[in-house]
Amino acid sequence: MSSHKFENKVIQWLDDRLPIFSVLQHDAIDYPTPRNLNYWWNFGSLAGIMLVIMLLSGIFLAMAYTPNVNLAFGSVERIMRDVNYGWLLRYLHMNGATWFFVVVYIHIFRGLYYGSYKAPREVLWWLGLIIYLVMMGTAFMGYCLPWGQLSFWGTTVITNLFSAVPLVGDAVTTWLWGGFSVDNPTLNRFFALHYLLPFVLFALVFLHLVALHTTKSNNPLGIDVKGPQDTLPFHPYYTIKDLFGLGILLMFYLGFVFYNPNYFAEPTNYIPANPLVTPPHIVPEWYFLPFYAILRSVPDKLGGVIAMFGAIVIFFFLPWIDSSKVRSATFRPIYKQIFWIFVIDCLVLGYIGSQPPEGIMVPLGRVFSVAYFAFFPLLWVIGKLERPKPLPQSIAAPVLKGSHASHSDKPKEKA
Amino acid sequence: MRKFLLSTLAAGLMVAAFPALAEEAALPHQPWPWLGVFGQYDKAQLKRGLQVFREVCSNCHSLKLVAYRNIGYFGFTDDEIKDIAAEKQVQDGPNDQGDMFMRPARPSDRFVPPFPNDQAARVANNGALPPDLSLMTKARPGGPDYVFALLTGFTDPPKNFTLPDGMYYNEAFPGHQISMPPPVADDAVTYADGTKATKEQIVKDVTAFLNWSAEPELDVRHSLGLKVMLFLFVLTALLYALKRKIWADVH
Repeated sequence: MSSHKFENKVIQWLDDRLPIFSVLQHDAIDYPTPRNLNYWWNFGSLAGIMLVIMLLSGIFLAMAYTPNVNLAFGSVERIMRDVNYGWLLRYLHMNGATWFFVVVYIHIFRGLYYGSYKAPREVLWWLGLIIYLVMMGTAFMGYCLPWGQLSFWGTTVITNLFSAVPLVGDAVTTWLWGGFSVDNPTLNRFFALHYLLPFVLFALVFLHLVALHTTKSNNPLGIDVKGPQDTLPFHPYYTIKDLFGLGILLMFYLGFVFYNPNYFAEPTNYIPANPLVTPPHIVPEWYFLPFYAILRSVPDKLGGVIAMFGAIVIFFFLPWIDSSKVRSATFRPIYKQIFWIFVIDCLVLGYIGSQPPEGIMVPLGRVFSVAYFAFFPLLWVIGKLERPKPLPQSIAAPVLKGSHASHSDKPKEKA
Repeated sequence: MRKFLLSTLAAGLMVAAFPALAEEAALPHQPWPWLGVFGQYDKAQLKRGLQVFREVCSNCHSLKLVAYRNIGYFGFTDDEIKDIAAEKQVQDGPNDQGDMFMRPARPSDRFVPPFPNDQAARVANNGALPPDLSLMTKARPGGPDYVFALLTGFTDPPKNFTLPDGMYYNEAFPGHQISMPPPVADDAVTYADGTKATKEQIVKDVTAFLNWSAEPELDVRHSLGLKVMLFLFVLTALLYALKRKIWADVH
């Protein structure tokens, strides 16, 4: 296992017994990374860093938070007012959710654009989707915890979706709630699960990385690495590039934390939960809005729930739906356009989800929901019809302007 | 790189535009002193706002999340805070005899509410419940601008508008029917610092006080934020320079 030799004898002794140093050497320093990765490849490591920030701020918040319907709202305000830098912890956590999702959405769309889901990376793609699903569950349960009006009513609306399941729906909902409405048992279990799931996420991220380092990174050209001339060691080339990207992300994230911490929040959630007063407009957090729009676009409750979950589940089949062998949209003139139309469709759905479901928003929601699902069969058809542009010989060829083109493509990768 | 930054910016703007689009007709913006990167509360104004709150608002509204000790931030001495707190009585106990008893409030107590419970508040206010004001500027769209518009928005109802008995017409309030009578007029208070107490001045001061009640951390947040952002700016610039240097032999 430990192939690397270390100068320091203590490190060598430990590494012979537990190969942490040679694994780090292999996977974080020498790891051969395609030399042509652009800045869109920053978002994977940024997502990992956001997860760590969320874990740390969350653990310290949990030390001062009380999961009880009578005390939760007040305990959050106590964190804001009386805990030393409690306001910073809470705003970091609250805005961290927003930027975590921003980063992850960019990461997913990057994978979509450059065909990172195609063979041999299907399992890597699945693990990413599972991470995304668990993240959504975690975020949803976290939003319940401050026990404001939208915490309560958002939880009520979304958990009620399960009552659409035929026959056992009502029983399932009662079981989820731990009672006959969203109440103290619901808050307690949501807190327990909200604390648990990030560690599940951490394990899933680890598997995601194992899968990544098995199949290796995709790259903007979407062609396979042919040899060492196509790669660079991860350190220092990509460590520094990722660090620079982190600096940019932190400026956005902390800019909001310090100067507009409630920008992405709904004012209604600063009113304590009241089961007797329904807020006029119940909206989820912004990162759920496209799916919320799809849910409301289907006039049937069960149909809406199926469409909403289907909108995510369908991504699991993407590696087989997309019939093109070419990965990168750079060489797929028609797919490139369809991709951007899909991105715009998602943004418009998000806007529709933020509006009350009345007037023009209802037909608009339906049109854009249909367009969302039309993307997938279209992807299959385009793959069959499209004439992709010619692919370059190797990654090194276009990067080095052809000077290394004569290099043999014998695989010389290190073990 | 440029293309990347531009598209990131465009995506960021689209994300940022969502809540903005969702907002209804914008309220007139007031030039609050705490706005902006360098914005801080005006402590003299907070003192005046506290006076308005104690003399006017607190007759009906509670402020349950703020403690008397917190107003030390405005520059009150410990003795002054003790005196302010001691004007109100709170129930404490049980004592050694097992009885509950009343005692003057202490700086560690939260602002004493005017009514013992919501039902008592409703009975005294014609069936309406005066909301707690601790988080008011955070709990309404428009925040302090909304509070300002509401407190200055009392007018005669337009023709054809039937106003039920005991209700008042307010331009800013959703539905325009509000149970609260116009709370302030010119010279409703006499300021200790000699500021002329016009209606607008009173409303501004009390809104500033309520914004502080909702976000007492704002001053620290802004000044710490400035240092953090400056540091990040320098750090990121250095990281970029280092990136260029490391990658120089590759390109």
